[in-house]
Amino acid sequence: MSDPVAPAADQAAPLAASERYRAGVLKYARMGYWQPDYVPADTDLLALFRITPQEGVDPIEAAAAVAGESSTATWTVVWTDRLTASEAYRAKAYRLEPVPGASDQWFAYIAYDIDLFEPGSIANLTSSIIGNVFGFKPLAALRLEDMRLPAAYVKTFDGPPAGIVVERERLDKFGRPLLGATVKPKLGLSGRNYGRVVYEALRGGLDFTKDDENVNSQPFMHWRDRFLYCMEAVNRAQAATGEIKGTYLNVSAATMEDMYERAEFAKELGSVIVMIDLVIGYTAIQSMSRWARRNDVILHLHRAGHSTYTRQKNHGISFRVICKWMRLAGVDHIHAGTVVGKLEGDPSSVQGYYDVLREPRNEVDPGRGLYFEQDWVGTRKVMPVASGGIHAGQMHQLLGYLGEDVVLQFGGGTIGHPMGIAAGATANRVALEALVLARNEGRDMWADGPRILADAARDCPPLRAALDTWGDVTFDYASTDSLDLATTATST
Amino acid sequence: MRLTQGTFSYLPDLTDGQIRAQVEHCLRNGWAISIEHTDDPHPRNTYWEMLGQPMFDLADAATAMAALDDARRAYPDHYIKLNAFDSTRGVESVRLSFIVNRPANEPGFTLERAEGPGRVIRYTTRSYATDRPPGERYR
Repeated sequence: MSDPVAPAADQAAPLAASERYRAGVLKYARMGYWQPDYVPADTDLLALFRITPQEGVDPIEAAAAVAGESSTATWTVVWTDRLTASEAYRAKAYRLEPVPGASDQWFAYIAYDIDLFEPGSIANLTSSIIGNVFGFKPLAALRLEDMRLPAAYVKTFDGPPAGIVVERERLDKFGRPLLGATVKPKLGLSGRNYGRVVYEALRGGLDFTKDDENVNSQPFMHWRDRFLYCMEAVNRAQAATGEIKGTYLNVSAATMEDMYERAEFAKELGSVIVMIDLVIGYTAIQSMSRWARRNDVILHLHRAGHSTYTRQKNHGISFRVICKWMRLAGVDHIHAGTVVGKLEGDPSSVQGYYDVLREPRNEVDPGRGLYFEQDWVGTRKVMPVASGGIHAGQMHQLLGYLGEDVVLQFGGGTIGHPMGIAAGATANRVALEALVLARNEGRDMWADGPRILADAARDCPPLRAALDTWGDVTFDYASTDSLDLATTATST
Repeated sequence: MRLTQGTFSYLPDLTDGQIRAQVEHCLRNGWAISIEHTDDPHPRNTYWEMLGQPMFDLADAATAMAALDDARRAYPDHYIKLNAFDSTRGVESVRLSFIVNRPANEPGFTLERAEGPGRVIRYTTRSYATDRPPGERYR
């Protein structure tokens, strides 16, 4: 546990109004943006930033500058502050502590009055919190690590249109993770051939197939053609199994008008789910959430683009913050990491993301990167999606790390199966059901997982083939976005 | 065909010992067990017939297994499923649901297509078994 930085007397002392508002330039700390004695109100939004000041910049002044530049400040004193309740509108850096093991970095806790933000608008929230401040010259780097969103603010958002519970009820699927696959190759298939992959995967035992993030409407396959062939495949598989099936039809497009048109067509064809990409932007996501809510269609979000700002630990935004924003914005699914697959994700951090998406409230847990308490006050739960480089042989680890409320997506691990796509799907489904059955019987999945899978494979040649083909494949690389565990929890 | 609704339909049919272990798992979690049956297994037939109310205050698995035996005797040719209900705030829904009895012969479903303009097709999934009235299906 690190001790917070003690306030230097000259930085904390309040100035008389005549001094404070004399024209010219004042340090941010002296303008009221550093208040080490401030006790955050229950209605305040709280943010934890990792700041890396430029060489020679005092960390307290840097923290105050982040508070200032993300709220009311400009570079110089303005008398018009005095026409406002400026003390309330100023964000306050109230705690600063060194990042363990990084002498040039500091954790700064900043409190914002709730009235600084428009109700129900991620665009407005982010325009302050990650607006100008990230380009502020006195900082070498800046990262938003976590946020506490007060109940009063959370309640201004609609949240997920369906959420985990309602999605399961609509699909009539309980007690196990859902299974999906992304159609591969992601680019180049015609609509007719694409639908073939969807049909085989669904009739073989998957619940969902999925367009990839960059499958929109290209020369090789226009969106309308894809939707028509995919829905033929979905309905055929549904009749073949007697089970509800879905395919995430990606409606991401250049304009809202295009997205609405595609989503309407998906609905008209009877699709239970549509999909959007994170790159369409926060406002477009909220608009599609409203559309999905109005039309009873599940909304899947692919996190395309997030690694450009979530992966490096000294600059950008932690993915746990994106998870919080997306739960507010209202998506039903979000890709949140696999732990064991091909894409970045420290296990504890990933479990922290899952907690943010699925729990009714989050307690402080620095071991999972959760620095604040967060009460979701009835906001529905988002289904995390684990996708990227996973296969049937890892099923016990996936179930152990990620639990039951998750979509496990095996793209290559289904389509690349030596006996064919349907066999690949069956292998995944059998592996999953066998492990859930064994887990419920009280068996130790970590120790017995490989044995349980091998036993299930005796009745299921496709599973045997999957284990023989991929059993040893792992992606074992150090994570770039690891946790700094020694961080102190806040008192609020 | 084999109807694949429910949590464990891709495994060989569960033995009574395996079913009992799942019931015990549900009771450990404080979930209520219920038994439902149908001869209309359409994927969107949400409301199967309830066999009594959910067993909220079950002391042990034996009572549920006895109720399952009764259900199988009464409806040997129907689909029977066992559900576990979790009344925890924020869930208040089914946590586990799996088929514990199925007809010897499962004829499956046909997919009917009504062609519309612009290549749009309206799909209807229809169970072959429901061509006959209730009580005369799966004979």
